[in-house]
Amino acid sequence: MRAATTEPDRDPSPGGELRLVGKPLPRVDGVAKVKGATAYADDIELPGTLYCKFLRSHHPHARVLSVDTSAVSSITGVAAVLTGQDLPTKYGIMPTSEDERALESEKVRYVGDPVAAVAAVDEETALAACRAIRVEYEPLEAIESIEQALVPPVDEPIHDYGGPANIHRLAALEFGEVDDGFARADHIREDLFFFEGNTHLPMEQHSSIAVDVGDQLTLWSSTQTPHYVHRTLSRVLHLPMGHIRVVAAPHGGGFGGKTDPFSHEIVVCKLAMLTGHPVKCTLTREEVFYAHRGRHPVLMWVRTGVSSDGKILAMHFRTALDGGAYGSYGPASMLYTGALQTTTYDIPAYRFEGVRVFTNKAPCGPKRGHGTPQPRFALEVHLDKIAEEIGVDPVELRRRNYVKPYTRTVNWLRITSCGIEEVTDRVVEASGFTRRTRRPGHGMGFAVSSYMCGAGLPIYWNNMPHTECVIQVSRGGVTLSCGATEIGQGSDSVLATVAAEELGLWPNDIRLVTGDTGLAPVDLGSYSSRVTFMAGNAVRDAARRMREILTGVAAEKMGCSPAEIEVRDGKVGELAFEDAVVAAQERFGALSTHGSYTPPSNLGGSFKGAGVGPSPSYSYSAAVVDLDVDPRSGELHLNKVWLAHDIGRPINALAVKGQVEGGVYMGLGEAMMEAQAYRHGLHKQPSMLDYKSPTFLEMPEVETILVETIDPEGPYGAKEVGQGPLLPVIPAVASAVHDALGVWVDEVPVTPDKIMRALDAKAKGRDGRFGPKSFPDVPYPTMVKVAPPDAAATAL
Amino acid sequence: MSAIVSSEVLRLSVNGHDRELLVKPYSTLLEVLREDLRLTGTKHGCEAGECGACMVLVDGIPKLSCLVLPAQVEGAEVTTIEGIGDGSDLHPVQQAFINRGAVQCGYCTPAMVLAAKALLDANPAPSREEIKEALAGNLCRCTGYVSIVEAVEEAGMALA
Repeated sequence: MRAATTEPDRDPSPGGELRLVGKPLPRVDGVAKVKGATAYADDIELPGTLYCKFLRSHHPHARVLSVDTSAVSSITGVAAVLTGQDLPTKYGIMPTSEDERALESEKVRYVGDPVAAVAAVDEETALAACRAIRVEYEPLEAIESIEQALVPPVDEPIHDYGGPANIHRLAALEFGEVDDGFARADHIREDLFFFEGNTHLPMEQHSSIAVDVGDQLTLWSSTQTPHYVHRTLSRVLHLPMGHIRVVAAPHGGGFGGKTDPFSHEIVVCKLAMLTGHPVKCTLTREEVFYAHRGRHPVLMWVRTGVSSDGKILAMHFRTALDGGAYGSYGPASMLYTGALQTTTYDIPAYRFEGVRVFTNKAPCGPKRGHGTPQPRFALEVHLDKIAEEIGVDPVELRRRNYVKPYTRTVNWLRITSCGIEEVTDRVVEASGFTRRTRRPGHGMGFAVSSYMCGAGLPIYWNNMPHTECVIQVSRGGVTLSCGATEIGQGSDSVLATVAAEELGLWPNDIRLVTGDTGLAPVDLGSYSSRVTFMAGNAVRDAARRMREILTGVAAEKMGCSPAEIEVRDGKVGELAFEDAVVAAQERFGALSTHGSYTPPSNLGGSFKGAGVGPSPSYSYSAAVVDLDVDPRSGELHLNKVWLAHDIGRPINALAVKGQVEGGVYMGLGEAMMEAQAYRHGLHKQPSMLDYKSPTFLEMPEVETILVETIDPEGPYGAKEVGQGPLLPVIPAVASAVHDALGVWVDEVPVTPDKIMRALDAKAKGRDGRFGPKSFPDVPYPTMVKVAPPDAAATAL
Repeated sequence: MSAIVSSEVLRLSVNGHDRELLVKPYSTLLEVLREDLRLTGTKHGCEAGECGACMVLVDGIPKLSCLVLPAQVEGAEVTTIEGIGDGSDLHPVQQAFINRGAVQCGYCTPAMVLAAKALLDANPAPSREEIKEALAGNLCRCTGYVSIVEAVEEAGMALA
């Protein structure tokens, strides 16, 4: 083993021309996927596999008095049954909110909460056995809304931590002199908004299969975060991490919905340990709706003071999140609803108050944009209203407040490359937004946004790198091992492209071992849009170190200096790549290089709550939505969406276009129809027919415009694209409806019935608006006043 | 426990091969393909006829295999994704999906490819609206459908 110790060159594009980076290349896993040859978790079948089914609560909130499994043992084909007694250790993705058990034995907190599990020879038998289990419940008052969660419960709080009432977490932060800013403002406006919850709806139902052989437990699972699942299994099963291997199986869609460690992942492992057989569990579609961890419903109040020319002087933003039954990523989700307002607009004084409550519904968590689409909707629509009120063009109002590159925000976030001006220019120009002609029922809406290129801090505190990789080269080829997880977004293709770029090969020449905690070093997973930026940098460093070794031996053979050696088209100088490898092995023996990435430590502030929001860079997006609304029915017809995105530099232009289109699509779904709604603790539409999502027929034309800002720290200057482009779409839809009809729907989704109610209110001479009318009293804690960065730190 | 209902013989052709299987009369074609024949290229997303991921061709017609019972395919010719393309050569629809980036997570892809093939077999030069109409029963959460429409157009031209 030879590990080079030199620091690789950090220049975004050394040697000038890039052969692969930026090109619209086919994805490395494309052939297997179009042939149906990709084995997703449910496609994996091992000899002797048993099948697992769950018994779930049908009460939204109840004490579990007894669980009687005695009838199960007489059922032929049942191998094992588990109850909460068998898995008592609590867990949760956030160290501050470890409040779940794989099976609940004391109380259940939502319809769908798992109580018992059975492994049997087939699913049918397992299901019959679950039905034979008798559970005695004592129903408790169900908490169904944010308002109800804030007042003392009739029976008892959902959890034994947090509070008062059913409050999970609170925050109150102030940056700069907010009262002073409002005092100097010429105009002050307040608005209320509500964003209904919605879910990821991945095409693949979550699935896991575990096998335990010879003190080695292996789990294949449709997870976005194999490392965090690995840690949780170690804790809950009381096994050393070295005896557990978690493999992220090829993934049928995540969008944030497979980033928590899940009950079924733990249970199949425990059942495999107990029975000695492989055990598989695939959730039904209804169960996927209960697994959820999707978009939080958020109620929002925002107050902004501006000068007469539209410059923001102070902003006060309040959010209240309906968290559902468990903690999940909730503390982070709540802080995210207040963190990124400042990465698009220069807000000199900013106050944020947030609360997340527990309710008896499926737990909410991170969905594409994690905690930021809701406040982005509110903020952009709020600015539109201010612009209208003070008579300034809405694009111009935003331009007057845009952040500048290489500055620090009032809440201490470090802004580096920033294409907000360019994405605005490009999308406005392409769509003709400012020159639009009017016809009845036609409207256009504009909005901007930004998103992180990976979270600056890991989910559990540690000082290790966020991503690590190893490149091994031998006569058997090139193998790249990295924990980064392909979830369909193109993670594997990005890593292979970066390695191939540096080694003068093609992406398909790189054998990938990814998303595997047993065979690849740690990467924290596919969340927070972190893979391209973080794993991309790590792989580039490892590949450059390998290239250095190969050019070194080639230079010796050719009698020239390594700097003169070109690495391209399968050659290292005059040597074929394979011959260079042989020469290097003759010289050094086994060949491997490593790379890792740790974000810089100066990305954010040092106050409590400062861990949410910092990122090594931010992407910027701008959208224009063009639609027609039928004023008789409120029905929307989308004509076209223009989306300009500051990508830094695309690693793969085809994959980037796909992420933009997918983000626009998901944003439109949330804006127009998607809602995870409940009635009396029951999910109203736990099926793909009743939970409305856009089909081919609803999807309009999308024009994708990429803006390159060449980020100084991204690999080759690259930034994220997986989440950002969703964000501006939702407010742009609401804005376009207002442009068309003159009414505001201040609640997402913007559905025909809400549009009609706003039109009706307008016709009756009232405010032409549909939306929340009040914000509840929240016992916010004492405001933490944070001094903003001084002028020297503001301009980086 | 589960032996109350007897299995029955099902004879059909799958991807050009005659098969004779013993199946439960209430099992679905989806289960027969995935579990009995281990043709796991056919996916499931809901098992209720809502998502389109399990679509296969029955006598050339797209059908949701989760809604088809064995008795309905007795003697039929079933084509799954494993029966598309010629050995290592991809079908033009498959190649177009790769070229246009119409594949992301890939879970809806086998059914999309089959639905697109059936469309192009019946209508070699469909308009964009005809493509959208034909594929509207297949959900995709990754692509926003844009690149899939482009891929079907490209495949149509390649086949022309």
